[in-house]
Amino acid sequence: MSAAIDSKLTPKDFTSEQEVRWCPGCGDYAILKSVTRVLADVGARPERTVFVSGIGCSSRFPYYVETYGFHTIHGRAPAIATGLKLAQPDLDVWVVTGDGDGLSIGGNHLLHALRRNVGLKILLFNNEVYGLTKGQYSPTSRRGTRTPSTPYGSIDTPVVPGLFALGAGARFIARGIDVDKQGLEAVLAAAHGFDGAAFVEIFQNCIVYNDNVFAAFTEKEHAPDAQLRVEHGKPLVFGEDGSKGLRLDPRTLSLSIVDAKERPDEVLVHDETNATLAQLLLGLGPPEFPVALGVIYRNPAPRFEQEFVARHPTQMKRTAKIADALRQTSTWVVE
Amino acid sequence: MIDHNLFESDSVVVRFAGDSGDGVQLMGTQFVGATALAGKDFGTFPDYPAEIRAPAGTTYGVSAYQIHLGAGPITTAGDKPQVLVAFNPAALKVNLPSLDRGALIILNTDSFTSRGLQKAGYSEDPRKSGALDGFQVVEIDIATHTAEAVKSFGLSKSDAGRCKNFWALGLVQWMFGHEIASIEAWLAKRFASNDAIREANIAALRAGHAFGETAELGAAIPRWRTPRAKFPPGEYRGIRGSEALALGLAAAGELADRPVLFCSYPITPASPLLHRLAQMGAHGVGVFQAEDEIAAVCAAIGASYGGAIGVTSSSGPGIALKTEAIGLAIAAELPLVIVDSQRGGPSTGLPTKTEQSDLYQAVYGRNADAPVPVVAARSPSDCFDAAIDAVRIALRHMTPVFLLTDGYLANAAEPWRIPDIDAYPRIEAPTLDPSRGREALFERDPATLGRPWVVPGTPGLTHRVGGLEKDIRTGHISYDAANHQAMTELRARKVASVADFIPDQEVAVGASEGDLAVVGWGSTYGVLYQAVQQIARTGARVGLIHLRYLNPFPRNLGALLSRYERVLVPEMNMGQLATLLRDRLDVRPAQLNKVTGQPFLVSEVVAAIRQELASLPKAQFRAV
Repeated sequence: MSAAIDSKLTPKDFTSEQEVRWCPGCGDYAILKSVTRVLADVGARPERTVFVSGIGCSSRFPYYVETYGFHTIHGRAPAIATGLKLAQPDLDVWVVTGDGDGLSIGGNHLLHALRRNVGLKILLFNNEVYGLTKGQYSPTSRRGTRTPSTPYGSIDTPVVPGLFALGAGARFIARGIDVDKQGLEAVLAAAHGFDGAAFVEIFQNCIVYNDNVFAAFTEKEHAPDAQLRVEHGKPLVFGEDGSKGLRLDPRTLSLSIVDAKERPDEVLVHDETNATLAQLLLGLGPPEFPVALGVIYRNPAPRFEQEFVARHPTQMKRTAKIADALRQTSTWVVE
Repeated sequence: MIDHNLFESDSVVVRFAGDSGDGVQLMGTQFVGATALAGKDFGTFPDYPAEIRAPAGTTYGVSAYQIHLGAGPITTAGDKPQVLVAFNPAALKVNLPSLDRGALIILNTDSFTSRGLQKAGYSEDPRKSGALDGFQVVEIDIATHTAEAVKSFGLSKSDAGRCKNFWALGLVQWMFGHEIASIEAWLAKRFASNDAIREANIAALRAGHAFGETAELGAAIPRWRTPRAKFPPGEYRGIRGSEALALGLAAAGELADRPVLFCSYPITPASPLLHRLAQMGAHGVGVFQAEDEIAAVCAAIGASYGGAIGVTSSSGPGIALKTEAIGLAIAAELPLVIVDSQRGGPSTGLPTKTEQSDLYQAVYGRNADAPVPVVAARSPSDCFDAAIDAVRIALRHMTPVFLLTDGYLANAAEPWRIPDIDAYPRIEAPTLDPSRGREALFERDPATLGRPWVVPGTPGLTHRVGGLEKDIRTGHISYDAANHQAMTELRARKVASVADFIPDQEVAVGASEGDLAVVGWGSTYGVLYQAVQQIARTGARVGLIHLRYLNPFPRNLGALLSRYERVLVPEMNMGQLATLLRDRLDVRPAQLNKVTGQPFLVSEVVAAIRQELASLPKAQFRAV
C-alpha cells in the first residue's frame, strides 16, 4: 500500500470502472477528464478525496471518479459535505452541482457553505437548463427562454452565479468553460489549492436541451473578443493580441473598453483580492463586454471546519468522563 | 391541641403562577432542589407561554410551575394543585379552574388593583365576587413585604420588585418545613459578582421564611408535612428530560468511542437539547447550528458518513422538513439519530404545549417503503437510556433511528439514581477488514443486516454511496427489477431484526393477565402508572404495558396482549398507537385520546379504565 501512495497517480487512476451515462457530446465528459487530470497533477490521494453531489446530470459525477463519493439528494450536497468536513476536516472534499441543484432547490445551502467558508471545492456546472427532467428553464436561464414549462418564454430575471457567490461572502470565485482544457484545469488546480470554500462556475454545454447557449463567447471566432482571461497583477486585456482593455470610469463607477495599445495606462490591473473589482467583472457579458474567466476573486480567510475544531473547548477530543458529568450538580445519597 | 393549620399527607401538589417576568420558573426549580435535599420524591411540570414577554398582567402571559412532592413513588407532576401561589389576578384566573377542591390560594394582593383586575379580564374582584368560595385564601402584600426587606440595598424599584419570587419562596419553604440554606448558597454563587442583587435576594428569601415563622398571621398560614420517600440506596440527583437526553447522547459517544456531531436548527421545545449539548464539548460532542432543518439533518448524515455519530433534533414541523434526507440515510445505510421533541400541531400548532402526535410521522412518514426503528422515552430520567438505545440501534443496524420525546419530557424533572456507566455494554458498529477489499463492502452482518461502516479516508476501499437504488451485492447503481425487490425486502428485514435485540415487553405495573391491558408509550408513563396502580390495588385485573420500542414492537407483545380481554390505549393524539396496534398485531383497542396541550390527569385515565371494565361482558366483570 505504501509503495502505491508514494508513486505518482495518473488520470486513469482517478477514473472509475463505472460506465459513464451522460448524453453523447455532453460538456460533462470534458469536465470529467479535466478533473481527473487535475487530481493526478496536484497529487491528490483517492482515499483522501470525496466527491459529494446532489441531483441532476452533473450530480452523476461521483460515480465516475475513483475516489470516495456520495450522490445525495436535490440541492443538499453543500450541507452534507459540511457535516462530512466537521467529522473529518482534513479530507479533500469536492461538491459537484448544477444551476438547478445549486441555485434553485439548494440555493440556501450554497449560500451558507460559502459564507461559512467551509473547505469545499464547489463546481457548479451551469448549462442554464434542467437536463435530467427534460429541459425546463433554470434559475440561470435568460429571460424569455422557451421550454416545455415556459412555452411563452420565461419571465424571471436570471441569477448570476458568481455574483450570488460574492454576495454570499465567497472567498474564491473562478470561472471556466467545459471544453477549454487549459483554462479550466488552471482554475481547478487553483480551487484545489485554496484553503476554504472555492466556488467554480463551469459553463457547460447541454447538447440536447440548450445547445450552444454560450456560443456567443465560447465559439472560436468570437472567443478573443468575448473572453477576458483574468490573472492577478496583469492588465485586464482581451481581443486579438490583447488590443482591448478595461478601464474604470470614475464618474459612473462602471467599466468601459479602451484601446489597450494606445492607452495602456488606463487599463485596469487585475487585483483578485478586490471584491469591488470582482463584482464589476462578474457582471460583464456579451454583447457589449467579454465574459471574465479564470480566478476572479481570491481572498483567503480561516476555513470553517478548522475554526470549528480550533474553537471547540477540547478540539473535539473526549477529555472528560460521562460519569463525572452525571454528578456536575447537587447530588444526595440514600443509604 | 389539634393544629388545624398543619396538614399531613403522602404527597401534595403545589403550583406557582405569575407573569412570565415574575421568576416563577426559577422559583420552581429552586423549590425542587430543596425538596430533593429534604429526601422527598418529586415530579415537576413547567407551563410557560409561547410569547417571550407577553404584555404584563394578561392571561396569555401567565407562566406556571407545578411540583408534586412527597413519599412517592411519584411519577407525575400531579393532577390538581392543593396549593397555588398566584402573583397576579391573571395567574389566579388561569389556574383557578385546575385547583383541587378546598385548595389553599396564596395571593399577592399588591397586584389586585383595578388595573390589574382589568388586564386579567376580571370585571369584578374575585376576592369579593364569590369566585373563591370553597377555597382557603391567604392574602399577603408580597411586593410590599419584599420592598421592605430589600430597602437597605439601594436597588431600583424594578430590581427590588424582582426579588419577590425569593420572598415567596422563603415563605413556601417554611410552609413545607424545608431549609433555605441551599437556596442561599445557590444565590451566593449565582450573583457572586453582584453584591446588592445577591444580598437583596437572600434578604427577601429570609424575610419570607421569617414571615411564616413569626408574623401573627403565621398561625393562619397552613403548613404541610409529607414523609420522606423510600428510595433504593444510591447516589441521586434531579434531572430534566433535555438534560438526561444530552447526557445520554454524550454517553453513547463514550460507549461507542466516537465523536458525536449534533446538527440542529432552533425550534421550540427542542432547543434546550441544543443548548445543553453545546456545553458538552469535553465529552467529544460538537454542535453545529445549521441554516435550516434540512441542512441540519443533512450535516448529521454527512458527519455519519465521515464516521461520527450524526444526531439531529427538532419538533414535528422541523422533522417534516427532514423527511427526504431521512430516506437518503435509509438508502445509503448510514446511522443517524433523529430526536423529535413532539408538540401540538398540525403546522405551527401549539409550540409550547405537549402532544404525542408524531408517531405516524416517525413510523410511516416517508415516501416509498422506508422503515425506520422508533424508540420513545417515558420519563425525564429515561431520556438517558432511550438516547443510548437509539444510538446503539443506529450503529448496530446502520440505519436512521427516531427517538421520540415531547415538550413535557424535555422540561419536566424528577429524582434520578445516577447510573453506573461502566455497567452499560459498549456500542459497536459493523466494520470491514480492509484486506477483504471492495468486494466485501456490502457484506452485511447476518444478524443485524448492517453493512460495514467504511468511512472516507480508508485506503483501498474507495466506493460510492447514494440515494439511487444499489445492487445488493456490489453497491453499484442498479435499476434491476429483482434487485429492487430484494433491496426493499432487505430494508424491511433489517428494521424487523431490531426485535431480535430488544428485551421482551414487560408489564410495568398491575396484573400480567386478566381483563384490561392499558397500553401506552412516551411521556404518559407516569400518569398511566398511577392510574393502573390505583385500580389494580382494588383487585381489578388491569396491567400497564408501556412501550419503549414502537417500531418494531417487541416479539412477545402480541402474545402478551392476548392474555387480556380488552386493550385500552390512552394517548395524547387521536389514536396513533391504536392504529399501529391494529396494523401490526390485529389488536382492536379502545381509545382514550386527549389533545388539549396538557398531560393526562390520573383521574381521567382512572375513569376511562373503570368505564372499560364496566363494559366487559358480565362473565368477565369484576367489581372495582
